[in-house]
Amino acid sequence: MSRFAAVVALLVGLATLPAAAQDKPRHGGELVFVVPSSPPSYDAHREETFGTIHPIAPHYNTLLRTDPNDKTGTKVVGDLAESWTVSKDGRTFTLKLRRGVKFHDGAEMTSKDVKASYDKIIFPPAGVASDRKGEYSDVEAVQAPDPYTVVFRIKWPSASFLNSLASPWNWIYRADVLAKDMRWYETHVNGTGPFLFVEHVKGSHWVGKKNPNYWDKGKPYLDGYRAIFMTDSAAQVAAVRGGRAMIQFRGFSPADRDSITQALGPKATVQESPWNCVIMIALNHDKKPFDDKRVRKALTLALDRYQGSQALSKIAIVKEVGGVQVPGTTYATPPAELEKLAGYGKDIKKSREEAKRLLKEAGVPDGFSLTYKNRGIPMPYEPIGVWVIDQWRQIGLNVKQEVVEASAYYGQVLRPGNFDAAADFQCGYTVEPDLDLYKFTSKDKNPANYSRYTDHVLDELYEKQGRATDVEERKRLIREFEKRLLDDEVHYIYTLQWHRIIPHSARVKGWTITPSHYLNQQLDTVWLTE
Amino acid sequence: MLKYILKRVLLMIPTLLSVAVLVFFLMRIVPGDIVELRFAGESAFAQKENLDKERARLGLDQPLWKQFVTWMWGLLRFDFGSSMWTGAPITEEIRLRFALSLQLAIMATVVAVVLAIPLGVLAALKQDTWVDYAVRIFSIAGLATPSFWLGIVFILLLLIVFKWLPPMVYTPFWVNPVQNLAQLIWPALAVGYRYSAVATRMTRSAMLEVLREDYIRTARAKGLWQKLILSRHALKNAMLPVLTVIALEFAFLMGGLVVTEQVFNLNGLGLLFVESVAHRDYTLTQALVLLVAFIFIIVNFFVDLTYAWLDPRIRLR
Repeated sequence: MSRFAAVVALLVGLATLPAAAQDKPRHGGELVFVVPSSPPSYDAHREETFGTIHPIAPHYNTLLRTDPNDKTGTKVVGDLAESWTVSKDGRTFTLKLRRGVKFHDGAEMTSKDVKASYDKIIFPPAGVASDRKGEYSDVEAVQAPDPYTVVFRIKWPSASFLNSLASPWNWIYRADVLAKDMRWYETHVNGTGPFLFVEHVKGSHWVGKKNPNYWDKGKPYLDGYRAIFMTDSAAQVAAVRGGRAMIQFRGFSPADRDSITQALGPKATVQESPWNCVIMIALNHDKKPFDDKRVRKALTLALDRYQGSQALSKIAIVKEVGGVQVPGTTYATPPAELEKLAGYGKDIKKSREEAKRLLKEAGVPDGFSLTYKNRGIPMPYEPIGVWVIDQWRQIGLNVKQEVVEASAYYGQVLRPGNFDAAADFQCGYTVEPDLDLYKFTSKDKNPANYSRYTDHVLDELYEKQGRATDVEERKRLIREFEKRLLDDEVHYIYTLQWHRIIPHSARVKGWTITPSHYLNQQLDTVWLTE
Repeated sequence: MLKYILKRVLLMIPTLLSVAVLVFFLMRIVPGDIVELRFAGESAFAQKENLDKERARLGLDQPLWKQFVTWMWGLLRFDFGSSMWTGAPITEEIRLRFALSLQLAIMATVVAVVLAIPLGVLAALKQDTWVDYAVRIFSIAGLATPSFWLGIVFILLLLIVFKWLPPMVYTPFWVNPVQNLAQLIWPALAVGYRYSAVATRMTRSAMLEVLREDYIRTARAKGLWQKLILSRHALKNAMLPVLTVIALEFAFLMGGLVVTEQVFNLNGLGLLFVESVAHRDYTLTQALVLLVAFIFIIVNFFVDLTYAWLDPRIRLR
């Protein structure tokens, strides 16, 4: 190398040094974050709230996990399992476990623990509630042929099974502890995760410290973390603005984002993503005129989703126009194809004329009156409700809104079918069609079908897509499912995809936003700059 | 006196029992139930079998009368049971929040008394002067300003002007007094100001009434010092209604500071109360209602006893 070239190389190296140093994970520091809920119990196998995941997940590992650097939250990588194989018939999954993994109490983690944990989830003994049993109805048996091998036998080939094993809820517990007391983990913590439990003051905070014996050498980077429970959103914003907290992992509204970024300037970083949550409108098929698919189609045709997206994304946590899969993910319908579905076309005048024609054909040319029941949660139910009502009025419907208190909503409105049209909601822990589409199977299969219809064609498509192991074939089946659900039959009406906004201290590094606020909470990759 | 105290203590029993019956059945009338909320809710995979298991575990599958008898039997043994939401003993749930709520109520009361009594007396003595008008404006502004709004203003001022926020986590006074006061002084000021407004107006009007009494005129005619007249004769007698207002407000603060607790992220009884109702946590809500009722009864009892001390003409029988 000539002297000149050496000097240039040195200068380039020096110039890039600060950036490289910034990107190199640094050990130390305590991550302080806000949790807008709190854990009812410590056992993720039985809970449904992120209030359990956010503070407690750093104490645990799962068998597989979604890649912490994957923005789509769909790429599966190993956690306690380092490798896996799938049998030719697609019905046997054999996973090899890492060796030398220790629980926080010092016991070695083996396949016995994995089997006991999954047995608790899938085949819970009498008196033990498992909130996720229904998700694993295809599992025949969980076996532990040797200490470092776990085998799952399933009843039929499943395209989503690996994703199910990466569920952030399926923490691996110690078999001996479960054998003595199945409910022990509701009030205690003993995992294999990157952080050890220090303290929980109910309603106030949760503290964890670095696990010095963590199996993934060099991790975690943080010395510890402190989760502060805080329900009030203004207080959460103030906490991040004032530097009392560095991040809140669930999501902020656009106004909150602006308030934080204006106050912190370059000291803030914003990560945004489509959110795998959506408010759908359930149309009660047991009630007239919603039993007529022409009427249902008119209701979806009336919605100007693109204008709605522009207007609502400024004030609410919704943004993307999407179908049954989160936009930008593997099985999502591309925008050009989505536009062909009823209510997704860009010519709203034409859509509304078609809506009026369908109403006339259905025998209600002058429209009709209906009550839209909404859930008493302001964000984003309120703006979505106002928008939907306004859109429906534009095709001559007389819509009244009735807001029902959130705690009573499912029990009093949706389950008993006490509504004409009502806000329904779905939020997945990962973007996976098996999880996202199950809700739309017939009411005799699935009690969460609040539109109360039976559609065996849809059921069959659901089963077929779940068993299709070829990605392209599965895509085709999902498109067919989507067309039937949202266009041909309009059993449900999708509003706008939620939009996840995380403005946080720029000191927080190594954390990537995904479409789910349940994912990526182990905090093993997170680090803080100076 | 002893007979009176005994009578009042015995009267507490039917009062608390009535509250217990009322809250038990009211909670059951409210739509929604905890199992539905926690294990079904939005989940597409909720299974009836799972919900039934949980209902059985919590005893919610039992007939209502049986649930009531079980709960009452527990109460008679001072066993409040466990929170249906967290599974933790109710005494633990309340103990965690009680210290903070009590300290905040005491601090807000101190702020209120320190402001209200001197200002109320001053306004009465200087009736219809600029001093009186200033005090009246100050107290009417206090009445018109919700304490949670004042709390938000405090937070924003601290944040924008001083780039500082009060601590987010409660530290007991005996562990770190500076940290403790740095967190609680702001809500105490916000709540205490509104509280003082009520008490200032009450002090002023009570003082005005007393100052027109014959015995005050007589005391003045006898040539007693103005200070002595005020402190020994006027203020003591004017304190009866003021004391009632202050005491009832104190009892209210023990469980009623919901929004202020939210704004300052205080882990107090008010927030616990709201969350327990929202979660349909029957056992916890019932215990909290009983606790607040008990605090009101005790506070009233002490107010009555203080009446007799302040005004010996009052005989407690």
